[in-house]
Amino acid sequence: MIYFDNSATTKPYKEALSAFTKANEQFFGNPSSLHHLGMQADRLLQEARKQIASLIGAEVEEIIFTSGGTEANNLALKGAALANRHRGNHIITQQTEHPSVLHACHQLEELGFQVTYLPVNASGRISIQELEAALTEETIAVSIMHVNNETGTIQPMKEISELLKKYPKVLFHADDVQGRGKVVLDLKEIDLCSLSAHKFHGLKGSGVLYKKKGVKLSPLLSGGNQESGWRSGTENTAGIIAMAKALRLTEEKRSDGVAEMEEIQQFLRSELEKINGVRIHTPKTEAAPHILNFSITGVKGEVLIHALEERGCYLSTTSACSSRQKKTSTVLVAMGLPAAAADSSVRLSLSYENTMEEAQAFLRVLNETLPKLTKVQR
Amino acid sequence: MNYDRILIRYGELSTKGRNRKQFITKLKKSILLSLKEFPAITVELSHDRMFIHLNGVPFEAVKDRLSQVFGIQSFSPVVRTGQDIEEMKAAALELVKRNFSPGNTFKVSARRSDKQFELDTNEINYAIGSHVLRNMESLTVDVKNPDINLLVEVRKGGVFLSCEKYPGAAGLPSGTSGRAMLLLSGGIDSPVAGYFMLKRGVEIEAIHFHSPPYTSERAKQKVIDLAERLTAFGAEIKLHIVPFTAIQQKIQEQVPENYTMTSTRRMMLAMADKIRQKRGGLAIVTGESLGQVASQTLESMRAINDVTSTPVLRPLVTMDKLEIIDVARKIGTHDISILPYEDCCTIFTPPSPKTRPKLEKVQRFESFVDFEEMMEQAVEEMETLQLPNEKIMDEFADLL
Repeated sequence: MIYFDNSATTKPYKEALSAFTKANEQFFGNPSSLHHLGMQADRLLQEARKQIASLIGAEVEEIIFTSGGTEANNLALKGAALANRHRGNHIITQQTEHPSVLHACHQLEELGFQVTYLPVNASGRISIQELEAALTEETIAVSIMHVNNETGTIQPMKEISELLKKYPKVLFHADDVQGRGKVVLDLKEIDLCSLSAHKFHGLKGSGVLYKKKGVKLSPLLSGGNQESGWRSGTENTAGIIAMAKALRLTEEKRSDGVAEMEEIQQFLRSELEKINGVRIHTPKTEAAPHILNFSITGVKGEVLIHALEERGCYLSTTSACSSRQKKTSTVLVAMGLPAAAADSSVRLSLSYENTMEEAQAFLRVLNETLPKLTKVQR
Repeated sequence: MNYDRILIRYGELSTKGRNRKQFITKLKKSILLSLKEFPAITVELSHDRMFIHLNGVPFEAVKDRLSQVFGIQSFSPVVRTGQDIEEMKAAALELVKRNFSPGNTFKVSARRSDKQFELDTNEINYAIGSHVLRNMESLTVDVKNPDINLLVEVRKGGVFLSCEKYPGAAGLPSGTSGRAMLLLSGGIDSPVAGYFMLKRGVEIEAIHFHSPPYTSERAKQKVIDLAERLTAFGAEIKLHIVPFTAIQQKIQEQVPENYTMTSTRRMMLAMADKIRQKRGGLAIVTGESLGQVASQTLESMRAINDVTSTPVLRPLVTMDKLEIIDVARKIGTHDISILPYEDCCTIFTPPSPKTRPKLEKVQRFESFVDFEEMMEQAVEEMETLQLPNEKIMDEFADLL
C-alpha cells in the first residue's frame, strides 16, 4: 500500500496508540474528580499541556484542548466574534479557507456579522494590499489559514501579522491544521491558532486551539468549565496524551524529515511534469513540502483515484472533507482555474513515513494506469 | 546569522570581594539549572563576565529563562564571524538592522586583542561604521550617547559582535546567602515571600503542613507545583511535607475556639524551627503581611513568634495585598495559588479568631497537652521532595 493521502488523515504512530491505550487503562479517572485517580489523570493532562505548549512555543495557559481542527476553528471564529461584538461586526477571511472556517463565517453572517472573503491569486495567496484595504473600523478578526489543505500554498503569515500590529483591535486567527509539524509558524504575533492531532499521526477527536493570553472568547460549549471555562466537557485525556506524543515525535522527525520530504515532492513534481497533460497546481515556491495538487487533462479526478486505488495507491480528489459533496474544488476555482481542470484535480499528500521508493512505485503505477483511462474517456 | 554565545554581566557580585569566586560558581549552577532543557549549552567563566555557549540552541529559546536568574545584571547575545572584514561588515549591518528603529543613533566600539588582525581599532570602527551607515537610512552616528552601541571584539578565535543588551533579574545568585525555611501554605503570599528571599540569594527549603483527610491530595499537589514554579528562578528547592492532622485535631479539642488559630500558627512555627535545626537553616520565612488577617496583627505575631528566637523574616510585611498579587502574577504563582483547594490554614479557621491574642492565655491553653512529643513525631514522619522533581517526569515519560 502506498498511502499518499496524509492531508486527509495520517496513520497514527504506534507509540501514540499505545500511549492512548495505556492512558485509558491506568489514568481513566475524570480529571475533575477529587480523589487520587482524578488527580493523577489531571496531572497527566497538565504534563501533556506543558509538552504541547513548549512544542508550539506557547504558554501552558494558552492551550485549549478541543475535539479537533473543526471545533478549534469554530471556537476561534464564533467565539471571537461573539465576545467582541461590542467592538465591531466585521470579519475578514479568504476564499480558499477550510469549510469549518467558511461555514462558521456564513453562520456569523446570519447573525448579522459582515464577512469579507478575500480573493487569492493564481498561486492561492492573498494580497496584503487587499487585506489592508478590507480592514475597517468595524473589523474585529482576520482568519487566514497557514497552509492550504488542497494545494499546500503558504500564506504570507508574517506580513499579515506585521500589518495587523497596526490594528490592535483586530484578532488574527490562523488555521494551522495542515502546516503543523511541516512548516514552522511563529505564534508570537498570532492570537488564535487551530491544530488537529490526526494530521500529525495522533488520533481523530483531539485538537488544540491556541489562544494568546488576554484574548477573550465566548465559549461554544457550556458546562463544567473545563479548560478554564473556554471549552466545557470532560477532557479526552487519552486522546490528548496521544496528541502530545504524536506532536513530539513529529517535531523530532521534522528536522531531518523536511529535507527528504522536499526531495520526494520535487522528484514527484518533475516526473509528473513529464506526463502528457499534467498540470501542477501547487505553487513552486512558498508551498508546503507535503502537498502536490495536479490534474491530468481529460481524466476525471474521481476516476483516477479509484483506478489508483485498485493498484494500492491512495490519493484524494481535492480535500477529503469536501469530496463527499461532489463539488468542484472551490480552492482551485478561486485560484482562477477553469472548472474542467478543477474537476480533474487530485491531491497527493506525504508524511515523514513516505519514501522515495514509494514515490517511484507510484509513478510506475500512474504511468501504467493512465493510458487505459485516457483511451476510455476520449 | 545566528548567535554564538551570550555575554553575562554580573551585578552586585562584582563588589563581593573574596566571596566572588563562590558567587560566580553558584551563578553558573543557577544558569545551568534554568537551562537544563538544553544539554548542549555550556558555560565559560572569566573574571569579570561569563559566557554561555549556545552550541546551536537559539537565543530566543533561552532569553526568557535567563532573565529570571538572579545574580545577572544584564546579558547580550553575541554573533561570531571569522577574522574577515567583509563577513564582519555583513554581520554588523544585520545586527544593527535587527535592533533599529527610525531616528536611532549608533556607534561602533571595536576592541582588538589579536594584534595580528589586518586593521587596527580605528580602522575597524571606520570600516564597519561606514558600511552600516551607507546601507541604512535615517541612522546617524553619536559616539557619546548612542542608542545602538555595536561592540566588535577581534580575538584569536574569531570576531564577536553584539549590540543588544537585556536586563537581568539582578539580586544575588541562589545559595550565596545561606539557607532558610519557607512556610508554604498554597496561598498567594507565601510563594511571593519565597521569591523575594531567592532574589537575595537565600537557599529555600519549603515546609508545608498537610492534614489529610481535611486537606486533599490536590492541595498538596498545588504546593508542590508552587515550589516547582519557584525553581524557575535558578534554585533547587526541597519541600518538606509535615503530617499535621493529629496536632490540628488536638488543638481543636484542647484550645478554646477563638484561640485555635493562634495555637495552630505557634505549632507550625515551632515545627518549622525544629526542621530548620535539623537542616542547618538560619532563618524562617513567612508570607505574612501586617494586618491582612487575624493571625497577622502585631499582637498575633508576638504571640506566635514567642515559640522561637530564630529570625522570622517577613519580606511582605509592609506590602498591600494588591502589590503582592501583582508580583505573584509576574512570577507565575498566582494562577496556581488561586486554585480552590482547602489548605491547612483555611480549613480549621474559627468563625471569629482573636485578632489580639494574649500570649499568657495561649501558653496556658497549650500547657495541658504534650504538644512537644506530637510535634517531634510529626517532624519525624515528614516527607521530603526534591524539586524540580524528575520523578514526576519519569512517571509519565513513556506516555508523552
